[in-house]
Amino acid sequence: MTGWLLRRSLQAALTFAASLIVLFLLMRITPGDPLARLEGDVPLSPEERSMLQRRFGLDQPLGTQLRHYLAGIARGDLGVSIGHYPERVGSLLRSRAAPTLLLGGTVLAINFTLGAWLGVLQARHRGRRLDRWLTRLSLAGYSMPSFWLGLILIALVSLRWRLLPAAQMTDPLLPADAGALTRLVDVVRHLILPAATLSLVTIAGTMRYQRTAMLEVLRLDFVRAASARGLSDGQVLRRHAWRNALFPVLTLFGLWLPVLVTGSVFVEYVFNWPGLGSLTADAIAARDYPLLMGTAMLASAVVLFGAWLTDVGYIILDPRVRDP
Amino acid sequence: MRGGPLGRLLAAAWRAPGGRTGLLLLLGFGALATLAPPFLTDPATMSDVTAGAMAPSMAHPFGTDHLSRDVLSRVINGARISLVIALVAVAVSLVLGAGVGMVAGYVGGAVDAILMRLVDGARAIPRLFLLLLLILVWERIPLTALILVLGFTGWLGTSRLVRGEVLRLRHAPFILAARSLGASPYRVLRVHLLPNVAGPLIVAATLGLGEVILLEAGLSFLGLGVQPPTPSWGGMILEARPVLITAPWTSLFPGLAIACTVLAGNLVGDALQASLDPRTA
Repeated sequence: MTGWLLRRSLQAALTFAASLIVLFLLMRITPGDPLARLEGDVPLSPEERSMLQRRFGLDQPLGTQLRHYLAGIARGDLGVSIGHYPERVGSLLRSRAAPTLLLGGTVLAINFTLGAWLGVLQARHRGRRLDRWLTRLSLAGYSMPSFWLGLILIALVSLRWRLLPAAQMTDPLLPADAGALTRLVDVVRHLILPAATLSLVTIAGTMRYQRTAMLEVLRLDFVRAASARGLSDGQVLRRHAWRNALFPVLTLFGLWLPVLVTGSVFVEYVFNWPGLGSLTADAIAARDYPLLMGTAMLASAVVLFGAWLTDVGYIILDPRVRDP
Repeated sequence: MRGGPLGRLLAAAWRAPGGRTGLLLLLGFGALATLAPPFLTDPATMSDVTAGAMAPSMAHPFGTDHLSRDVLSRVINGARISLVIALVAVAVSLVLGAGVGMVAGYVGGAVDAILMRLVDGARAIPRLFLLLLLILVWERIPLTALILVLGFTGWLGTSRLVRGEVLRLRHAPFILAARSLGASPYRVLRVHLLPNVAGPLIVAATLGLGEVILLEAGLSFLGLGVQPPTPSWGGMILEARPVLITAPWTSLFPGLAIACTVLAGNLVGDALQASLDPRTA
C-alpha cells in the first residue's frame, strides 16, 4: 500500500513535470517571438531587443531556458504579472483562490448529492418516462454554453424579476457594521446564480454515471437475493445497492475537475465572480502571458491532484483493491 | 461486411430513438447551412441601419440586432461557420490522434514512453487553457489558424485510445501473419489495425464535434474566436450582451442554436457508444 502510494504520487509528479514542459514548449514554438507581446504599439530598437533578450534569458539555448523556467517554478516563483504589474503571479493566484473554491465546492456538493440522487432515481425507473425525461433534460443542460445560460439567468432572475444579484460576490453597498449573518446571506444570494449555472451544465455527467453504476449493482446476485428475501425496493436500495453504487461515482471527482475548471472561467467571467476564472479572463484581456501560464499551471495541478485523490480514495475505500 | 464500420455504426445510431433525433437535427442544420444562404437578407441591403434592435416579427422571425441585422440570417450564417470549423477541426484531431497513437503503439520503446508522457502532461491541462495560450499570439486570429488550433488541441485522448488498441493487437495472430507475409509497417497499420479502432474513433469524433462547437463559441464570446463581422454564434452573444434586457432575442437565438447543435452531436455520439457497449443503455 505504501509502495503503491509512493508510485502513484511519483507518477502524478512526473505528469505535472510533463505538463510544465508542454506549457513551456507551447510558449516557445508558437509563431511570433515572445518579445512581440511586450512591444505594443512602439517597436523595439535592436539594442532594446537584445537587452530584453538577455534580461529574459531568450539568448540562451532552449534547454537552458527550460531549466531556468523549471527552477523558477520549483522555488515557487511564477514570475511577474504584466496586467497587474508589479504584482507577482503567485500572490495573485493565492488572493483569488477562495471565491473559486467556494463556487467550485458548492457545485461539486450539488453534483454529488442532487446529481447522484437523480441518477439513482433514473436507475430505479429505468426505461420509463421519468428516466427518459431526466436524461433529456440533463443532456439539454450539458449541451448549453455555460456563459449563455448564465446570461439568460441574469436577464430573467436578476434584471427582470429582481430576485438575486447579477454580479460580484458581495454587495458593495452593504454597511460596514453589518453582522456576520447578514454577510453570509449576502454571499449566498450572490452564489446562487453562478452555482446554479455551473451545476446545470455539469450535472448530466454525474447523473448518467450514477445511473449506470446503479444499474450494474442492481444486476448483482446479492441485490437480487435481497429482493428474493422479500425486502421492498426501497429497502434493497438503501441497505444493499446504494452504498456499492455510490462508490464508482467517486471516480467522477477526478473526471469532473477539468470540466469544472473550464466552466468556472466562463461562469465567473459572466457573473464577475472575483475568483481565478475571472482572473484568467483578465489575463486574456490584458494579454498577460505570465498570469495565463500561472492559471494554466494551477489548472493542471488541480486536475492531477483530483485524479490522485480519486485513486487514493479508491484504495482506501475498496478492500479488494487494497489487499488483492 | 461491405459498408464498413461507419455504415454499421450509423445504422445502429439510426435505430436508437435519441440517435435518430440527433442525426435528423444534424442533417437539418447541415442542409439549412448549405442551402439557405442565397435566400437570406444581405447585410449590405439593409433598409434602415438606425432602426436598432426590433423584436421578432413576420419579416424577421428572430428579430433584428442592435445594427438592424436580421438575427435569423446571422444564426444560419453562423451555422455555416460553426459547422465547418467543427468538422475540419475534428478531422485534424482525428488524423493527428490516430497518427501519433499508431506510431507510439507500433514503434514502442523510448518513442512511445516520451510521446505518452508528454500527451499525459498536456492532457492534464484543460483544453481551454491550451487554446488560450496558443490563440493569444494573434491580435485577430484568422479562421484557418483558429481551425488548426482547435484541431491541434483535440487529439490527445484519441492518440491514447488508438495506442491502447494497437498495443492490444500488435501481437495478434492476424497481424503476425500480415507481417510474415512481408507487409510494411504502414500497410499493417492502415489495413489491419486502423479498421479495428474505427468504432471508438467515430464515437470520439462525434462527441468531439459538440465539444469543439462549445469551445469555439466560448472563444468567440471572449472575443478570441471568429472575428466580426463574420457571424458566429458565440460572437453574436458577445455583441448582444449590452442589450441583454432591451433585446433579449439577440442572445436567446444564437444560444439556442449552439445548444441544439451540440445536443444533436451528443445524442448521436451517445447512440453510437451505446451500440458499441450496450450495457449502459
